[in-house]
Amino acid sequence: MIRIKCPYCGDRDHSEFTYGGDGSIVYPELDASVEDWTNAIFFRKNIYGIQTETWQHVHGCRLWLKIKRSTITHEIESIEPAHKEIIKMVKNK
Amino acid sequence: MTRFNAWNVLKNGFINQTGWQRQWRDPVLKKEYDVVIVGAGLHGLATAYYLAKNHKINNIAVLEKGWLGGGNAGRNTTIVRSNYMMPGNHEFYEHSLKLWENLSHELNYNVMFSQRAHVNLFHSPAARDSNARRYNTMLLHNTDAEFWNLKKLKKTIPHLNYGPNARFPIMGAAVQKRAGTARHDAVAWGYARAADSLGVDIIQNCEVNGFVRRANNIDIIETSRGQIKAKKVGFAVAGNTSRLWQMAGLDSLPIESHKLQAFVTEPLKPILDQVVVFGVGGAHFYISQSDKGGLVFGGDLDWYKSYAQRGNLPIVQDVAEAALSILPCLGRVRLLRHWSGIMDMTMDGSFFICKTPIDNLYLNAGWNYGGFKTTPASGWHFADLIANNRPNKIINNHDLKRFEKGVNIDERGAGPDPKLHG
Repeated sequence: MIRIKCPYCGDRDHSEFTYGGDGSIVYPELDASVEDWTNAIFFRKNIYGIQTETWQHVHGCRLWLKIKRSTITHEIESIEPAHKEIIKMVKNK
Repeated sequence: MTRFNAWNVLKNGFINQTGWQRQWRDPVLKKEYDVVIVGAGLHGLATAYYLAKNHKINNIAVLEKGWLGGGNAGRNTTIVRSNYMMPGNHEFYEHSLKLWENLSHELNYNVMFSQRAHVNLFHSPAARDSNARRYNTMLLHNTDAEFWNLKKLKKTIPHLNYGPNARFPIMGAAVQKRAGTARHDAVAWGYARAADSLGVDIIQNCEVNGFVRRANNIDIIETSRGQIKAKKVGFAVAGNTSRLWQMAGLDSLPIESHKLQAFVTEPLKPILDQVVVFGVGGAHFYISQSDKGGLVFGGDLDWYKSYAQRGNLPIVQDVAEAALSILPCLGRVRLLRHWSGIMDMTMDGSFFICKTPIDNLYLNAGWNYGGFKTTPASGWHFADLIANNRPNKIINNHDLKRFEKGVNIDERGAGPDPKLHG
């Protein structure tokens, strides 16, 4: 079991989360070439080592997190909210 | 190589089994080869065998970091079937099944291929209809397929949960009778022995560390046992394809590495004669009984990308739940071992046997969950590609360009998310 320290809910089992996949993808402009879109959607570095990925805390706060995790040892290097502005909006309410 | 036949078995009975030879040599690495295959797993060994057998290329090396058949070859659930529907896939998998049917004779090695039927349960009218579509498509391509109603199913496999309290009552099953299981180690050893006897050098404990490129070719392969020159290079290292790809100076692939667990119980008396598959409501479960009596089964991926060959516990629980919901009689059976292997999960759930941006490099990768059953055809078609330097009609679309061309081969229709193509 991987333990993920959710910035909102605290230290939880990974079974509370769903895995979103590669968090480093930057999608091109809508009118970009077919090649650029193919690369963004279908091609992956498939990193052996520390990769940036997204997880959603579905059985908790339901917010998306951006996590740096080793694909070799599963050790987590850093965790941050994927959309910081949403938190600001919630807090300012 | 001493052939296995009745006469030799009898003869060795009289001479205290001293008449047998080593199954394969431990050859010294040569300086130069016509073809170097990286990875002595099932696909790499099969490729070397068919290169030597069908294409008469004998100066071949198969390089292996560990010992042959020590990766995913020894980590699967040994199911063989050909219930595929998409153009390109159904021909390929059916070709594979046909090769399986004669494999023990072809290799002079008992791979214990047992055509015990693959029984795909369905639990809703929608699942029945989608199975009918798939299995009718198979019939149209002359692959065997049939439907079993509840009466026949109950008679043939009496231990499934047919009770009124089942969360998903069984409605029937789509069945492929020619499908079944084989003995995974025997397949690796059989191909290794047959390839070796045709002159292929299988080099174990030889890790590839780098490539020297000249123009648009791989000129030299750097290994832990020295440098090798190669005219043609083939990668067959599913699970670690991306790592080797980047070692060769290439960039990205439509592949993510995920891990899949498998389980085996203590040996039991015969209880299950078929391969049974259960998939409903997010559960995914497949089970068969090995000749030793252990129940061999598996479920879904671990759901996050990983290169670690060890499984996580939530999936153990999921699989155990699925097992008990379909076969409640297993409640007190003890688990003997469980393990995990690294899958090349692709963006459409189909494989790659193709040329690459490097002229003399060929790729065999992206086998998702289903690499074991394809072993013979994978080797056959990869050898055909390497020898003739062109894809044949069947694997014409199994290349890296298919996404850009819009000819994804997506059996499940799950879209570009590798972990969904189980």
